[in-house]
Amino acid sequence: MNLDLKKLKLRSVNEKLQSIDRKTKSRKFTISNPEGNHAICAGLTENIKVTIKGHVGYYCAGMNQNANIIVDGNVGTGVAENMMSGKVHVKGNASQSAGATAHGGTLIVDGDTSSRCGISMKGIDIIVKGSVGHMSAFMAQSGNLVVFGNAGEALGDSLYETNIYVKGKVKSLGADCEEKKMDKKHKSKLKELLKKAGSNIKPDQFKRYGSARKLYNFNIDNVSNY
Amino acid sequence: MCGIVGIYLKSKKFEKSLGGMLSKMLVSMESRGPDSAGFAIYNSDKNKIYKYSICLNEMSLEKFKKEIKKKLKFTSIEKNSDHIILKSIEKPNKILPILESFVKISLVGYGKSIEIFKQVGSPSNVVKKFNLDNFSGTHAIGHTRMATESAITTNGSHPYSTGEDECLVHNGSLSNHNNLRRILKKNGSKFNSENDTEVAAGYISDSLKNRNLKQTLKKGLSELDGFYTFIAGTHSGFAVLRDEIACKPAVIAETKDYVAICSEFQAMAHMPNVNNAKIFEPNPGIVYSWGK
Repeated sequence: MNLDLKKLKLRSVNEKLQSIDRKTKSRKFTISNPEGNHAICAGLTENIKVTIKGHVGYYCAGMNQNANIIVDGNVGTGVAENMMSGKVHVKGNASQSAGATAHGGTLIVDGDTSSRCGISMKGIDIIVKGSVGHMSAFMAQSGNLVVFGNAGEALGDSLYETNIYVKGKVKSLGADCEEKKMDKKHKSKLKELLKKAGSNIKPDQFKRYGSARKLYNFNIDNVSNY
Repeated sequence: MCGIVGIYLKSKKFEKSLGGMLSKMLVSMESRGPDSAGFAIYNSDKNKIYKYSICLNEMSLEKFKKEIKKKLKFTSIEKNSDHIILKSIEKPNKILPILESFVKISLVGYGKSIEIFKQVGSPSNVVKKFNLDNFSGTHAIGHTRMATESAITTNGSHPYSTGEDECLVHNGSLSNHNNLRRILKKNGSKFNSENDTEVAAGYISDSLKNRNLKQTLKKGLSELDGFYTFIAGTHSGFAVLRDEIACKPAVIAETKDYVAICSEFQAMAHMPNVNNAKIFEPNPGIVYSWGK
């Protein structure tokens, strides 16, 4: 079913997609003429597939549960923010705070993301095929951030237990973030993530970064880092 | 919040529709700035005539005409709502002191190619009031304001122009503007409001005396403290700069005919052929410029 945002109001489109129940047979939708509108496909809860044809604004697919959302264009700030489950695939670039605070699901960005990608992420898997901007994975708590390209300044600043895998160069690491050894379990997890993103790059080409766990508790020796 | 927009035309194709395109941008940025709006539009007049953009405020046009006639020679006065464009071959150093003696009016900008119109009220009302749709030009900059640090007045509206054919719009806030204003005042700059952006505009004008726009903005990275995405206009084009933290948004679309910059993509969704444009976010701390 095609939903044309030139003819329909954003609110009615979102309401329609949010009110789908298990009995609904039609589970494939396209949205045309998004024209940079905000909050398209926010708060979806059912296992449906939505393809958005064009560039979208802020908080696209925010709070997503179960739905599979494809954006054939660029996305603004906070794509898939606070996602719980499901999958969001951006074919263009993403602006800042992609996948912010998200608890689960998978976010794939074919292009680049700007600053603060995966800020405070809490379990989501984010796979960026381009590069990520500065302060990515800031205070990231859980989940995985995979970057095929380069990472900007202060990667993983003050992070907790998120695993960051970067294939390219890292401009600088943030406080308490360090390069870590790739164990077997990391390699197999990364392989699984790369497969999800349809990539056959070898996990060996990535470096893993994680928390040095020195900022967890107050320590007078670290006072300059707090 | 605040919304900033700009269009730089690379070809003559869209010169006549520049006002119409900018008008749509400003209206769609109303959600980011409902308090006041303004725009600077450049038309490369190659003659020697200076254009002085003036908001009359509560002064009547008749009274202004009567009094100005006694003090200077001018070519024409064109009225557009509560603003006028006074044209004269007299140089700014002669005219500016005369205009300053009119305490009720506000000089919002001057130069050989720039015209500025700005007023309180919603962007949709402001663009209607000044008939922005009918303007043509080579490049233009606009702003929709959500007032934070100073009052909602004409003088508190953007764009700010503090030099010949110069203007600045700003999304963000500066934290060292009071100190900077004191320093600039000592060096001879004049300010008409308590606004932080006016200080940044004054800073740029002051610095342009010794360097070009790109060098000026680069220097500003270490001397302007705060959050910002700036668009700074000159007679030949404009430049864009985001601070290094880059919390304030900006998106640029470039085609063979134009460069468009907006706070949000939705403001440029109506631009011709935009879905095939090269669309990117300006990187933090890097000066992007078009024109000479």
